[in-house]
Amino acid sequence: MPYVFNTPEDQRAMLDAIGAASIDDLFASIPKSLRFQGELNIPRGLSELELSQHIGELASHNSHTSDKVCFLGGGSYDHFIPAVVDALSSRGEFYTSYTPYQAEVSQGNLQATFEYQTLICQLTGMDVSNASLYDGGSAAVEAVLMSMNITRRPGKVVTAASVHPEYRQILETYLTHLEVELVTVGTPEGQIPLDDLARVVDDRTACVLVQHPNFFGCLEQVEEIANIAHQSGAMLVQSFDPISLGLLKRPGDLGADIAVAEGQSLGNPMAFGGPYLGVMACREDFVRRMPGRIAGETTASGNRRCWVLTLQTREQHIRREKATSNICTNQGLYALRASIYLALMGPQGMREVAELCVRKSNYAAQTLTSGNRYSLAFDTPFFKEFVVRDSNGQIAQMLHDASQSGYFAGISLGQWYPELDDCFLMCVTEQRTKREIDSLARCLVEAGSAKTIHA
Amino acid sequence: MNPADLLFSETHEWVHVTEDAGAKIATIGISDFAVKELSDLVFLELPEVGKQLSAGDEFGEVESVKSVSSMYCPIDGEVIETNGGLPESLDSLGEDPFGAGWMIKVRISDETGLARLMDHAAYQKQCSED
Repeated sequence: MPYVFNTPEDQRAMLDAIGAASIDDLFASIPKSLRFQGELNIPRGLSELELSQHIGELASHNSHTSDKVCFLGGGSYDHFIPAVVDALSSRGEFYTSYTPYQAEVSQGNLQATFEYQTLICQLTGMDVSNASLYDGGSAAVEAVLMSMNITRRPGKVVTAASVHPEYRQILETYLTHLEVELVTVGTPEGQIPLDDLARVVDDRTACVLVQHPNFFGCLEQVEEIANIAHQSGAMLVQSFDPISLGLLKRPGDLGADIAVAEGQSLGNPMAFGGPYLGVMACREDFVRRMPGRIAGETTASGNRRCWVLTLQTREQHIRREKATSNICTNQGLYALRASIYLALMGPQGMREVAELCVRKSNYAAQTLTSGNRYSLAFDTPFFKEFVVRDSNGQIAQMLHDASQSGYFAGISLGQWYPELDDCFLMCVTEQRTKREIDSLARCLVEAGSAKTIHA
Repeated sequence: MNPADLLFSETHEWVHVTEDAGAKIATIGISDFAVKELSDLVFLELPEVGKQLSAGDEFGEVESVKSVSSMYCPIDGEVIETNGGLPESLDSLGEDPFGAGWMIKVRISDETGLARLMDHAAYQKQCSED
């Protein structure tokens, strides 16, 4: 698209064309009494130099992963972003393009979306992916709504305490005004007790929503959970960590009917919590109930390969109240970055990243719990995150001290799980070095106790 | 079925009423005109057996390459049977909309709605004016 100028001459020509003397004249139909008179109560405009200094000063109050060593997880992860992701995704054709209202005009964007969907299907073992949703939490909720629609069971949804607490909050919000019972199975040992689950899943249940690896980093027994759900005619919605699929079985192979994920870890920055990327894929039977857009491949005249937005007849802008969802957009740029990341890594690269995460997080867990103070809260196998119990129990002070020493050591869990208020969640990605892990472990031995000496 | 024996709604459903052990049963489908207007059919969704419908309720939807359309039940009653194989053989809906393309059978609980339906001649007139 060309750059559109707006010079005083252009303005004059446009005003002349419509017979107006000035731009102010265009507002003449608004009575003077309704218009604001006088000066707006805002500071004077800043020069570019002053503005950069001001914004720089504000930004310096943030602490981020480039000045502290990051062991934070819980849905947002400090994975390595290869330079090619920024180089390709920042090309103007992708970076500045907004959804064209006639989507097929933009074949490049549609092809990129189609490639993204293809990669997500390969990654998850599912048949169909949409063009992406807002983030992992809203994707999980959309999947639950979708399952209620498919099973025609609007009355009951089952989830577990080991699903991200913020995803469950979003779910509660969405379900507030529906006549649906939301049952949350407790996970005192860090994973879903199958007997407890089987007791609450019945022939009214639309779906079981699980996260694997779960919020605590622990692995769930997804195949058994799928069996329990399917025996009652319920669907299985699995929220997964895309990086974990370098090692773990794919949701499609575990029996999931809808797979959803937070896609941030695929080449996207943590960015203080967003924007992120909602991944959603499902079995082909359910494609007509899947929210969001789907790019499809077809053949144009002259037998040329081309791309379209497909199944649009069910979308919000066409069917209004009967649409599958009120979601009407996708995260195009972040989906593109995920595609570049996945294409670059390939199956071998994904496996290597996943293996590094497992090895390094296990090393960190062993190192940290080798003394008397810290222990693992659960003895379930984990992927890249684990829950640590501090026998001193001063989690807030301990994390604060660690931060002062240059470490984001983890997330306190008491805010969501009162029974875990002496615990924190720690994450170790492929980016963490042995030296960083060792020095964090040394730091944490003293952190939060009166003896701590601040550097 | 001969279309001359059927009743039609403004929204292009046809109805055939029979009696079975004292109960009135309505067999419902969509007209040849509707099928032709929709063009290539790609998807059909029918209700579950046992569903209670009131006159004017949506009983299913049919999707073509052009659009998704709802189908409406003209009378009150309970769905007692559906043409379960039809979604997998949409061609038969196109070839024989008044026979093999039937969709649901409803045990009528209130037949007031039948009075609002047209005979074939009136329906054909409506179609020609559309």
